[in-house]
Amino acid sequence: MSALLLQLGQILLVLALAPLLTGWVRLVKARVQGRIGPSPFQPYRDLRRLMLKEPLVGDSTSWLFRAAPYVTFSAVWLAACLVPTFAVGLPLAPAADLIALVALLAVARVWTALAGLDSGTAFGGLGASREMLIASLAEPAMLMATFSLSLVSGTTQPERIIAFVLSGGVGIEVSLGLALAALVMVAVAECGRIPIDNPATHLELTMVHEAMLLEYSGRHLALMELAGMVRLTLFLALIGGVFAPWGIAPAEAGPLSLLIGFGAFLAKSFALASALAVFETAIAKMRVFRYADFLGGALLLGLLATIFLYVSEAV
Amino acid sequence: MIDRLPALPAADSPLAWVLALPLASAAVLALWRDGRGAAWANVLSTIATFVAALALLVAPPPPSRLFFVDSFNLYLVVLTAFVGMTTAWFSAAYLARGGEPAKLAPHHLRFYHAMFQAFLFTMLVALTANNTGVMWVAVEAATLTTVLMVSLYRTPEAIEAAWKYFILCSVGIGLALFGTILVYLAAQPVLGDGANAMAWTELMPRAAAFQPDLLNLAFVFVLVGYGTKVGLAPLHAWLPDAHAEGPTPISAVLSGLLLNVALYALLRFKMLISANGATLAPGPLLVLMGLSSLFVSGFMLYRRGDVKRLFAYSSIEHMGVIVFAFGIGGPLANFAALLHMAMHALTKSAVFFAVGLITQTAGTKRIADIRGLTVSHPALGWGLVVAVLTIAGMPPMGVFVSEFLMLGAAFARHPLLAVPLALGLLLAFGALLLRLQSLAFGPPSLAPGGNGPRGVTLLALLPMGLHLVLVLVAGVALPAVLAAWLRGIAEMLG
Amino acid sequence: MGAGQIAYDIAHLIGATVLMAGLQMLYQRRLFAVINTFVFQALALAAAAAWQAHVQDAPHLYVTAGVALVFKAMIVPFALHWLVEKLAIQRTVETALPIGWTMISGVGLVALSILLVLPVTANAAALTRESLALAMSVVLLGLLMMITRRNAVTQVIGFMALENGLILAAVSARGMPLVVEISVAFSVLVAMTLFGIFFFRIRERFDTLDLADLETYRGDRT
Repeated sequence: MSALLLQLGQILLVLALAPLLTGWVRLVKARVQGRIGPSPFQPYRDLRRLMLKEPLVGDSTSWLFRAAPYVTFSAVWLAACLVPTFAVGLPLAPAADLIALVALLAVARVWTALAGLDSGTAFGGLGASREMLIASLAEPAMLMATFSLSLVSGTTQPERIIAFVLSGGVGIEVSLGLALAALVMVAVAECGRIPIDNPATHLELTMVHEAMLLEYSGRHLALMELAGMVRLTLFLALIGGVFAPWGIAPAEAGPLSLLIGFGAFLAKSFALASALAVFETAIAKMRVFRYADFLGGALLLGLLATIFLYVSEAV
Repeated sequence: MIDRLPALPAADSPLAWVLALPLASAAVLALWRDGRGAAWANVLSTIATFVAALALLVAPPPPSRLFFVDSFNLYLVVLTAFVGMTTAWFSAAYLARGGEPAKLAPHHLRFYHAMFQAFLFTMLVALTANNTGVMWVAVEAATLTTVLMVSLYRTPEAIEAAWKYFILCSVGIGLALFGTILVYLAAQPVLGDGANAMAWTELMPRAAAFQPDLLNLAFVFVLVGYGTKVGLAPLHAWLPDAHAEGPTPISAVLSGLLLNVALYALLRFKMLISANGATLAPGPLLVLMGLSSLFVSGFMLYRRGDVKRLFAYSSIEHMGVIVFAFGIGGPLANFAALLHMAMHALTKSAVFFAVGLITQTAGTKRIADIRGLTVSHPALGWGLVVAVLTIAGMPPMGVFVSEFLMLGAAFARHPLLAVPLALGLLLAFGALLLRLQSLAFGPPSLAPGGNGPRGVTLLALLPMGLHLVLVLVAGVALPAVLAAWLRGIAEMLG
Repeated sequence: MGAGQIAYDIAHLIGATVLMAGLQMLYQRRLFAVINTFVFQALALAAAAAWQAHVQDAPHLYVTAGVALVFKAMIVPFALHWLVEKLAIQRTVETALPIGWTMISGVGLVALSILLVLPVTANAAALTRESLALAMSVVLLGLLMMITRRNAVTQVIGFMALENGLILAAVSARGMPLVVEISVAFSVLVAMTLFGIFFFRIRERFDTLDLADLETYRGDRT
């Protein structure tokens, strides 16, 4: 019973925390740039405002356009639920699988792109084509990183990987470092962050994700924005959880462990979010023709991680 | 254990003198003001080094931690000191004649003489080093000392040549260091950590206990690395330019001596590999590279228009032949190859002495512009004729004898391989003869006896003459003592 | 997993960082970025040497680490920066092979060196084996960089990267005497001085450091 409650709690936590994390990133970015910046709770207010507004739908769109926000949001939310945050051993865990995660994210992405195309505007098409370019490179890279993680721990379930890392089955492994680097690069690409995409811009030259959302308004837009925020939370939880799993509450844990796990999760997520903000400020957005180099690099890093695993096993 | 030995040879042993003299002279010559005086001081210093090397023959010292002497490197040390001496003499005469090289600024001349001595020092260190690391450092230092000298004249071609030389040889040397480290790793389980696992005197006797696979990988790196410095095709791209663009005395020592030193390093590693029964046989690799050098250079010889470049390719050809013979292996082939090392060093430097005087007299390096030397400058012309015929392998000179012995050894061991060897030698012979024909005979292009700087003096011709006489003596009547000595080294090489 | 294992892992992590820096150098399109990545590689190399000094209990390797730090992470990049500015060299990297293909070749070379070194060193300690594979990869990557770059400055950096790999191999081999290491470092310094002189001489002759232009002066045309 309590496990079920915990699972429910995790599902809601991911949803509730997402806007706060995004707000935190914006705040840190502003501070680093010498501005005061908005309150970290501003995204909540934005979402509430959008939810209460009437969504406007273009004449030229079809049912796809109206369905896409719901499908996208559900897919991303479900994916986020699969990632262990503050505790392991929850009921949904056996269904969790990194490859399934990649697939869910792909579903979300495809629907968003289709919606962008469906609106029939130039920007929508532009955003969709760029998004698909990024996806065609980022997905193999993520899968490659997943492969090396799985080879190390012998499983694709994030929970079991975490258990493996915690059990001390692996030391400061070179392959894990490489997989981490690859995963970070992919995460930047998937979440639409600088240097791949600028979430704060609406200029034609620099838009990718925003371009596909340009036609949305009201609760549709709120759902799409929330999906983006949950996606960010997902990746932060995944990276923090798999590569620095200490503090996570084990299965059947008491309230103290749960509290520690929760605190650790918050600490890790906020730390990673701050690091992301600083990174975004320090680096410039790269031009579209360089995406292939960047994500190709991520793919090669994943490949190298696998190669190095072969090295360690041979040694 | 090597650690119990002193690091350096005793101060009164000839080896210390052989090494200290060039080093001290380099320092002194770097500060010597007078250009002409410096040239003759250079000569004196090399004479002293040669005397010390002869003393080394008589009284070889026991090995120390960093240096040792055995019959193989003693042979090359004496050869190096001798050719260094005659080249210094030629260099002094060459500079004294005036013309292009003497137009160098005084600080360039100082630099030139200091680097000459430094170069000799590094070669002698490389030859007598007991530590594979020290040997490597010396070979790299030899490259570095000559690089600036190759670009001394500052023409675009000279700079291009020096850059190519530097980059390609440094990369080769880097790979050779990797091979050296791998050899250390192979020796470490048997000989323990530290200088022990890097000393030739310790490595050679225990080579059979090293891990064969590691030695194989090491040898590949060493072959590519030091092979680049020997000028084996396909790693020879730097050689024609570097040997052609520097001042002629430098070309002479590069062709005559540095290639031998690099080959010596390669051979030491080959001895190590051969001593271990389970490694791959280095022979076929060496034969392959030797033959490719022979043919690549043989064909290239036909199309050369620059006289120094022509003889640079000839150096590649001869190194290829020597490496081929060492690859064939066995006492006869090794003996022939060792003899050829000395013959080539003497003859090639003689050729370059002649070529240097010719280019200085004619003011050009283009073969098409130099004709009929035997008519306009008889002594020089006929000297060139004899030298080129010698290097091409005409009997009864020493080069012919060693090549003949190589053919014999090839026929005895691997008859099929003797065919390409003979073909390659004939190929090179033909090209050199063709070029000689146009250079030495026919209507002269230069005014007799004095177009350009002062007439060719006896002093300038003497080194060339001396070398050719020695090669003749070796060919006609090789002293029994020398033959026995070479036979001993040949046994060692396996 | 005892202390030995941790030592082993950290050494490999640092070695992998050196390798990553080597790959990163192939990826850059701007000259200053290449120089900065080289600095990073030199720093990682110094860290590797220092760690080996700690693990092998060999104090002389600290000297090597210091030498790598001072020469390669400070003096050489400073000299290169100065040369690039002084000679007004073009700041983009000209490649003979597109960057994507260069990266793929780089990873291929890493795989090749691992495949070569591991079976061959079956008897050596595990620490040495993987470090040697990493070092060989770095050497080959430096070589690749020299081959696929057309500007003299990037070729020099490729050569320096190759020497980084050599020093990594040297420190991984336990007990190798200091003689070798200091001499290697010394050679680098001398080489650097020569490179600088060359740059001036090349520049004053050709007004450019693009080596494709240098090729037209090949005396070997005849």
